[in-house]
Parts: sequence; structure tokens; C-alpha cells
Amino acid sequence: MDLDYNIEGGDFTHAGEASSHLKKILKSLNLDSGLIRRTVVSMYEAEVNVVAHAWSGDIHVNIRPDQIHITITDSGPGIPDLELAMQKGYSTASPAVREMGFGAGMGLPNIKENSDFMDITSKPGSGTIMKIVNQIKR
Amino acid sequence: MTIDEILKSTGGVIHCGAHRMNDNVDRAFCSDLMSDVLTLGCQDILLITGLANVQAIRTAEMADISHILFVRDKTISAEMLQLATENDMVLAQCKSSMFKVAGQLYSAGLDPVY
Repeated sequence: MDLDYNIEGGDFTHAGEASSHLKKILKSLNLDSGLIRRTVVSMYEAEVNVVAHAWSGDIHVNIRPDQIHITITDSGPGIPDLELAMQKGYSTASPAVREMGFGAGMGLPNIKENSDFMDITSKPGSGTIMKIVNQIKR
Repeated sequence: MTIDEILKSTGGVIHCGAHRMNDNVDRAFCSDLMSDVLTLGCQDILLITGLANVQAIRTAEMADISHILFVRDKTISAEMLQLATENDMVLAQCKSSMFKVAGQLYSAGLDPVY
């Protein structure tokens, strides 16, 4: 099963709608509740990152019998130092993002914590591509 | 503690999910930082927060949290109520500070997440 979502940068009113939709789909597939929570928390963190840092983004979800693949591609400023960005507490979020309850430098480490595989490709000025994979154990 | 007992302990009022007044919660977590809430890795807790916006409801939805108590007399918007209702959540609100509410509920027997 394939699902596609468009994310608009700066639109905190609708931030999380894609992750909410995915959660409903995963529940309808009767997957383990812990797997569903880990997967949607990962995707929600990534979705909020796009809203907070990029101008726009696309999320593609591919649900296979044994794995859930999520690819988030954004047209944002990119991440100059990935190692630094992965450190807990490091953040470049704006005051507006912090007022929404985010931007504490927890997002990327939490995505890694809640996924079985995570990969980020990014260059300043050319956006960011994040891949997340979670295993489905039956 | 049941939601009913939590409301009596804190002087809170319920805004949606009144049919779940007898729900039991064993643990609570206080935070205005949704990033912290998303790291909890546990479910069915009471979230005590002063962050009254749609993302607080979204975060609870993602983290499998069905019960939220807003402190500091925050206003619960129509958008928050709609999203919470769609997700069958309990939204309650009280006038006290987060510190006071945490003390009241801890004294009444509600455990912390950690």
C-alpha cells in the first residue's frame, strides 16, 4: 500500500494531519499498537520538522507485509551539520516553533529512537531527505 | 484514579469526553513541551499541560494519550475540542498552576511516569 502527503511549511494548524491519517490506516491493518505508536511518533516528528524548517515537503509511505517505509523529502534550507543536528538539545527552531511546544532539539534523536532504520541526506540549500523503516513483526 | 476523582481533587471541569468520567489513569506527566511528551514511550497516562493549542491534542493523539488536563485557566478552543472529540479524548481544565495540580494529584495517589 502506498500513501502520499503534501506538507506546507509554516502551517501549524494542519501539522500532524498526515501522521494522524497514517495512524488510522495502520490501526485498520490491526498492527501492533506499540509499532503503530513508534511509527506515527517518528513520522509526526518529521512532519513537524518540515512545517518548522522547510517551505514545503512530501511524505511517501510504503506499507509492505514485513516493513513500513516512510520517505520525507523537503524543499528546506538543508542541515549543514548532521552530527550536530542529531545531538539532543541542539535546535535552530524559531521562537514561533517553540511556542507551539516544539524546537527543543529532541525531534531527530526521537525519530531515531522510534525507528528500526533512519537515514538523513541533506545539503545546505538543497533540502533534506529522511528515510525511516520500521519492521512489522507478526 | 478516575477522571471524576481527578476533577474533584483539582477543582477541574470537563470540556469533552464526559462519557469517560470513570476511566482510570495510574500515572501522569506534566509538560508544556510536546517534544518531551513524544519521548515518553508509554500510553494511557494523564497529560497535565498549560500549552493550549491544536498541537497539544495532536501530540496526545500520536502518543496514545487520551486524557489531558489543562492548567492555569487556559482557554480550550473550538478547534481543540473538535480534534479531541474526533479522537474520543477527555479534555479537562482547571484554574490552578501546574505545580499545585501536580501536588494535589500526587498526594491523592497518582504516580509519575518517571
